[in-house]
Amino acid sequence: MFRRAARHPSFVVGAVLVGVLLLAAALSLVWQPYAPAEIDIPNKLAPPSWSHWLGTDSLGRDIASQLLVGSQNSIVVGVVAVGIGLGLGVALGCLAAARRGWVEELVMRLSDFTFAFPALLSAIMLTAIYGPGLLTSIVAIGIFNVPVFARLTRASARSIWTRDYVLAARAAGKGAWRITTDHVLPNIANVLIVQATIQFALAILAEAALSYLGLGTQPPQPSWGRMLNEAQTMMFQAPMLAVYPGVTIALAVLGLNLMGDGLRDLLDPKLARQR
Amino acid sequence: MLLFLLRRAATFAATLLVASLVVFAVLEWLPGSPAQLMLGDTATPESIAALQARLGLDRPAGARYLDWVTGLLQGRSAMSYAYDTPTFELIAERLQVSLPLALLAMTLTVVVALALGVYAAARHNRAGDVGVMALSQLGVAVPSFWLAILLILLFAVQLQWVSAGGFPGWSGDDGGGVWPGLKALLLPALSLAAVQAAILARVTRSSVLEALREDYVRTARAKGLSRRAVLWRHVLRNAMVPVLTIMGLQFANLITGAIVVENVFVLPGIGRLVFQAINNRDLVLVRDVVMLLAAVVVAINFVVDVLYAAVDPRLRVAADV
Repeated sequence: MFRRAARHPSFVVGAVLVGVLLLAAALSLVWQPYAPAEIDIPNKLAPPSWSHWLGTDSLGRDIASQLLVGSQNSIVVGVVAVGIGLGLGVALGCLAAARRGWVEELVMRLSDFTFAFPALLSAIMLTAIYGPGLLTSIVAIGIFNVPVFARLTRASARSIWTRDYVLAARAAGKGAWRITTDHVLPNIANVLIVQATIQFALAILAEAALSYLGLGTQPPQPSWGRMLNEAQTMMFQAPMLAVYPGVTIALAVLGLNLMGDGLRDLLDPKLARQR
Repeated sequence: MLLFLLRRAATFAATLLVASLVVFAVLEWLPGSPAQLMLGDTATPESIAALQARLGLDRPAGARYLDWVTGLLQGRSAMSYAYDTPTFELIAERLQVSLPLALLAMTLTVVVALALGVYAAARHNRAGDVGVMALSQLGVAVPSFWLAILLILLFAVQLQWVSAGGFPGWSGDDGGGVWPGLKALLLPALSLAAVQAAILARVTRSSVLEALREDYVRTARAKGLSRRAVLWRHVLRNAMVPVLTIMGLQFANLITGAIVVENVFVLPGIGRLVFQAINNRDLVLVRDVVMLLAAVVVAINFVVDVLYAAVDPRLRVAADV
């Protein structure tokens, strides 16, 4: 498995990028070149140098430090939003596959319906009421992940339910709950892991968009999306300010997507051969 | 087919009904009264009571819900609190920007994605294919609003070919017109389309590749049809089903994506309207815009379902039983 993984080019590139992202977030917990919110007007809009690797913004804040600390933010959003989706979605999907009938119908109609509220739309509705903030945006993105995982779980779980070994388990007297935990979940875990990586990437993109609009993370907590917003006002004086955060977001998302694609091939060799 | 249509239409109506209930309920169960939220913390009790009476908030929730829904169905809307104009008027005015933007972006998406997807599938595992796939991997990873900023940097700041944002309007009287209007929408549409085209090109490619492996392709080739004829006559039609599904989802993405991109380019569209409504705490307007956008997403899914059945009769039969 590891040897195959090491030879899969897109998985390797993806894993390296994701590794760098995680390391950066971990590093920023214990060390930052500068406090990211530290204002230093005399040094504003400084070009990249040894003391400020990527220069400073319009308030003299260190860009590299903001990007480093911003990675924590993106990871938290990704983990919690995907966690909400996985937790609720997998439970609902398993229930639908095990119970069938009206339960399945209800779960599917519910997820159809939740699809009518893309993350951005539910975030808009929630911020209109509770005000902008990190929590609101995480919940909004998480809600949208629920139907994604519910549908995927139901579809994959149903195919497991038709297998002979499930029939054997039922004949041996196992209940629906035991069959789900013993047979269904272990067999659909691969599909869920792949989807989770992709939803993680989408969550990072959605959070960046919300923060760009000012609906997500609030100052002084740095976030990649808001850095882009602030950079846009300085576009004529310091165009590079709009480049760094964007490249960072794109690399993080690219890494997660490549890793997800690679995992799909590695975990399902049949599929890989077809491609 | 009729039964299928009726069932789909019933689901469509039911989804809309539940969506309206949720939108209404979410904005109903706010912490504190809506009037308090709209006026802010410094409002006096008298002004809050006055606004509550003006918005009809002193009436029971059920009656207000019915009022709202019958109003929506009859095309008569509540007054926006901040603009003092019926919300439908505001929305209709902004749709003149958002709708052409979404259509232009969708057209760009479909043209680019189908061309690249079919090209990549036809050159499977050769340089062209690898190139298209790498490009699409990149396209998926780039946030549309960042691409928008980059396009502004290049075309407005560096080259100074277009203005960095704003919209001149469609009528020639106030300095606008069809061509200036389209020109202002081109960069926003491009930044919206890039991501969607990247996704759709991948779907098209894998869908065409799958269809190429089918037995009927081998039969058609054995009959003596050329590769090109098989591709156009048999493969594309069969490959279109998954492509249509994704296209439907993408149109919904374009509409919400437009909210962000309109703000980057300062375009007076629906996205900017709802954003301003939030800042103004104009809950009436937020409610109606969110409902409209949700309805559009549901309607698109309905249309896609029906289109499916038209493209692939097998699905129609499967849904009937």
